[in-house]
Amino acid sequence: MDRNQASGTLRGARVLITGGTSGLGLALVRELRAHGARIAFVARAAGRVHEVAQRTGAHGIVGDVARKSDIHRIALQATALLGGIDILVNNASTLGPVPLRPLSDTECEDFEAALAANLLGPFRLTKALLGSLVGAAEEGRGGVVLNIGSDAGIAAYAGWGAYGASKAALLHMSRIWDEELAGHRVRVRCVDPGDMDTPMHALALPDADRAALARPDDVAQALRALLESELAQSRNGAALADAS
Amino acid sequence: MIAASARSQRPAGAKLLVLSASGALVHVARDALPQFAQRGDVVVANDAATLPASLMGVHQASGAAIEVRLAGWLPDRVGDLAQCLAVVFGSGDYRTRTEDRALPPALSPGDRLQLGPLRATVVELRAPPRLVVLTLEGERDALWAALAQHGRPVQYAHVREPLALWDVWTPIAGPPIAFEPPSAGFAIDWRTVAALRRRGVAWATLTHAAGLSATGDADLDARLPLPEPYVIAARTVRAISRARATGGRVIAIGTTVVRALEHAAASGALRAGRGVADQKIGAATTLRIVDALLTGTHEAGGSHYELLRAFADEERLRAMSEALEAHDYRTHEFGDSVLIERPRASRGAMRVPVRREATQQEYSR
Repeated sequence: MDRNQASGTLRGARVLITGGTSGLGLALVRELRAHGARIAFVARAAGRVHEVAQRTGAHGIVGDVARKSDIHRIALQATALLGGIDILVNNASTLGPVPLRPLSDTECEDFEAALAANLLGPFRLTKALLGSLVGAAEEGRGGVVLNIGSDAGIAAYAGWGAYGASKAALLHMSRIWDEELAGHRVRVRCVDPGDMDTPMHALALPDADRAALARPDDVAQALRALLESELAQSRNGAALADAS
Repeated sequence: MIAASARSQRPAGAKLLVLSASGALVHVARDALPQFAQRGDVVVANDAATLPASLMGVHQASGAAIEVRLAGWLPDRVGDLAQCLAVVFGSGDYRTRTEDRALPPALSPGDRLQLGPLRATVVELRAPPRLVVLTLEGERDALWAALAQHGRPVQYAHVREPLALWDVWTPIAGPPIAFEPPSAGFAIDWRTVAALRRRGVAWATLTHAAGLSATGDADLDARLPLPEPYVIAARTVRAISRARATGGRVIAIGTTVVRALEHAAASGALRAGRGVADQKIGAATTLRIVDALLTGTHEAGGSHYELLRAFADEERLRAMSEALEAHDYRTHEFGDSVLIERPRASRGAMRVPVRREATQQEYSR
């Protein structure tokens, strides 16, 4: 797709990104802003949120997607500040216990915490924003949910139990959401961004060769292109339905 | 009727009383709602999400504890927290019946209120002692963050447990501009929407900023609902026009939908866009758009009940009230529902007049 054309697709799109102050999330905030999207992002640390908001011009929301009580507060602020949501990116994620360890040594509470952040958080936020997303899709603006998955959710890696299981569930949940929301023209995708040079990767594999890892900015560009394509398809679906 | 005291939007065993155009009364499970819509009808719901509009705090001049309930938007400032209408109560909280709530300390323009992290100033007394215009200080992002953190949903004494935002957002909730939930929408979930579409029934939404339903002040309550802004999308107007053109009915989910649609059609054709519904709907109102209304069960006297009189005469409403009473229907926002269809005689000439009356057995299947 031509770069200028691509820029147009996201211009004015209302995007909420979780985990927006570091790694891939921050790269996405910058990349989508640069293509004209209106962004709100969520992260836990108030100081970092305000810093990134100031630097990028995006709306910063302090919250923890793993906490049930934060979800509607996040949805309230995001919908009020952006006037609706066209794209939700569930990017915030936790590794579970580090250093990584086998399931046999994983505390139940740590496993639950991984599910709360990586699975329940995206489920709850999608549900809380569904009225907005369906409204956006039916209005012809497009409605897309992008969930950030992992190859640890497909292949079984020893030591990645809590994280891998939560990402496997996220992938399957995304497929089911997509089936269920097809009638409303909201598209739900779960994408493995590959190994990136991020703080989370350093936590998981401290000895990795950073030079061999993808840069979050490059991955954000690829995801931006995907979002443009998904948004366009959601819009086309709405246009066809309205013409019928 | 029994006050619904649980905060469940979709309680098992929720009931629906249908008052058909012919005056027939039918009792069914609320889940059966889609069966009462037919191919060609359009169902219209209010997709407003509800603000955490109750803010506990202190009146700085007197040091008195107060509760502020954000109550309405000023014209041309819809969604702008920096200045809005509010109702102020004295000490206590929702567990005291609204009509028994303490008055606030005497308020004057310029009075400062500290509401958790929010700093407010009274700028105008609209209807002393309770209704005021407030300004809230701060940048827009910070105001919404503070409201999200400190605000609680407005609630009343019949529900004892504190409500969370997810209790008051309907499944279809989108734009956060309502001060209380458009609670008829609790009867609708995404399965209902799918079932309606399978039946060939169109589904559409509008957004209407439902206001407070009670203030505890008899004079003020008599003025409710306050003027309420709404916005109707062009595609919703198209869906309604298509239904009407082919003899389908317009079924409103909630009184706010009736107010918005009837206001937007007051000067003739239904128009898309923004408006402020400021009309009273009652026995004297000729409904131009809405043919049937799904709503909660309401006791005689309130503004909601008055609105029902536009759909049914006194005799039919009395029969409905007796049936609700006799069958232990639950009232208030988490309660059971009624579906009222207005008589065909008062419909526009474009209506197709003949529709088979289903029997209770058919509805109950």
